[in-house]
Amino acid sequence: MEDIKETVLEYVQDEYLEEDDDREVEMDTPLISGGIVDSFSMVSLKRFLENKYGIQIPDSDATPEAFDSVEKIAVLVERFLDA
Amino acid sequence: MAYSEKTRTAYQEDLKGIEDAGLFKKERFIHAPQNAEIEVEFPEGSALKSVINMCANNYLGLSGNQEVIDAAHAGLDSRGYGMSSVRFICGTQDIHRELEQKMTEFLGTEDTILFPSCMDANAGVFEAVLNEEDVMIADRLVHASIIDGMRLCKAMNDSYKHSDMKHLEKKLILHQDKRNRLIITDGVFSMDGDLAKLDEIVALAEKYDAMVFVDESHASGFIGRTGRGTHEHCGVLGKIDIVTTTFGKALGGASGGCVSGRRELVELCRQKARPYLFSNTVAPVIVSGTLRVMEIVSGSTERRDKLEENTTYWRQLLDDAGFDVKSGDSPIVPVMLYNAKLAQDVATDLFAEGIYAVGFFFPVVPQGQARIRTQLSAAHEKHHLDKAIAAFTTVGEKYGILGLGKQELIEKFGM
Ligand SMILES: Cc1ncc(COP(=O)(O)O)c(C=O)c1O
Repeated sequence: MEDIKETVLEYVQDEYLEEDDDREVEMDTPLISGGIVDSFSMVSLKRFLENKYGIQIPDSDATPEAFDSVEKIAVLVERFLDA
Repeated sequence: MAYSEKTRTAYQEDLKGIEDAGLFKKERFIHAPQNAEIEVEFPEGSALKSVINMCANNYLGLSGNQEVIDAAHAGLDSRGYGMSSVRFICGTQDIHRELEQKMTEFLGTEDTILFPSCMDANAGVFEAVLNEEDVMIADRLVHASIIDGMRLCKAMNDSYKHSDMKHLEKKLILHQDKRNRLIITDGVFSMDGDLAKLDEIVALAEKYDAMVFVDESHASGFIGRTGRGTHEHCGVLGKIDIVTTTFGKALGGASGGCVSGRRELVELCRQKARPYLFSNTVAPVIVSGTLRVMEIVSGSTERRDKLEENTTYWRQLLDDAGFDVKSGDSPIVPVMLYNAKLAQDVATDLFAEGIYAVGFFFPVVPQGQARIRTQLSAAHEKHHLDKAIAAFTTVGEKYGILGLGKQELIEKFGM
């Protein structure tokens, strides 16, 4: 679980923050409601997770709420890894 | 009554929210053709004020050009006022096809289709040529009309950091399993005035089997040695699969746009693009005027050369006066202020000094990136720019911003 969190955190920082960005992303930072990830670019985050972990996340589970923090994303990934 | 008092009050509150946030837009009435100097009524009801226009997309100074007006008059007489039809029913005249052929030649593509506007071209093109099996990979600063078009299309969407080729490459690798990859960018970015790295983008597209889409609205007619656009500037003429552009800026400034590119993609737009199929044809008077514009820009580089000289001159003036100017190769020259209120105040004071320039701030540009965007035109003479810099200097002195860099401006005024 910690591994997944670290990987997701690193990806989100890399993908959504600019080099001179004043914003910070931590495990519980609201991503979508906080305006860091827009619902438009959530698709590529989902695709990254699916490729990285060899899972399939159905669209009905890939909701803005489920993707709203690194912690929540890790929970989601874990659920499909177990499935 | 469906529009009840309750409903009305709710909408009034929405409007008040926009006003309270300082985002309410008020229009200024211009009592003259578009030009370097215009007569403006602002606020509504006040006496006309003569100002130098530094915020039009009239890059080549053709919007009020007499030859273009004459051609439009001739077109009005020979082809009438309106067609009262979409293209595929009975809205296509010989001159519509003639303009399409002219654009194909000018842009160095295989075929072209006219749209009511470039907004419509961008809204329709993606859905017409891509489906669920494809992916669109867009620069994060593309124009709003492209975002809308991508939303209407079923292909997966993804993005890369502004002009970041390493990031784009990662995305191309990630999406190798898709049927088609389409890289999407503006040629010239309208808020910053910087150019897409089309040479590198085309190289990546070749390496990773992707198509390239470029919106040339702020480039057609003046970027590149003969004004064909960003693809000419970057040495990749003929290698762009889809170009969209507008007739509503440099190319006469009336209205209309097009999709130009690979023959099959253009034909798919003719068969399937909804803003093309379900909206009226471009008026003959505009087609006639634009045909004359294309003759002018194909026949001589005089106007784009003058625009380039004006841009170099204006950048130098701003630099010498001590403004913080974003560097770039286009006639879009942003004067950076970072703070939204400062940008609004400076724009207001400039207007009082006889200069029409607009402040841009969040959400039009990212938070903390407020600016005055100045735009050059071939219609500007040196004396206009000399007068403009005198006004900018007066206002700059008033706020004590001359000679300050980014950090100092932010320390003094906040983000
Ligand atoms: C990059 C870009 N694309 C498209 C458009 C829309 O063009 P039109 O006015 O023809 O709809 C604009 C104009 O604002 C633009 O700046």
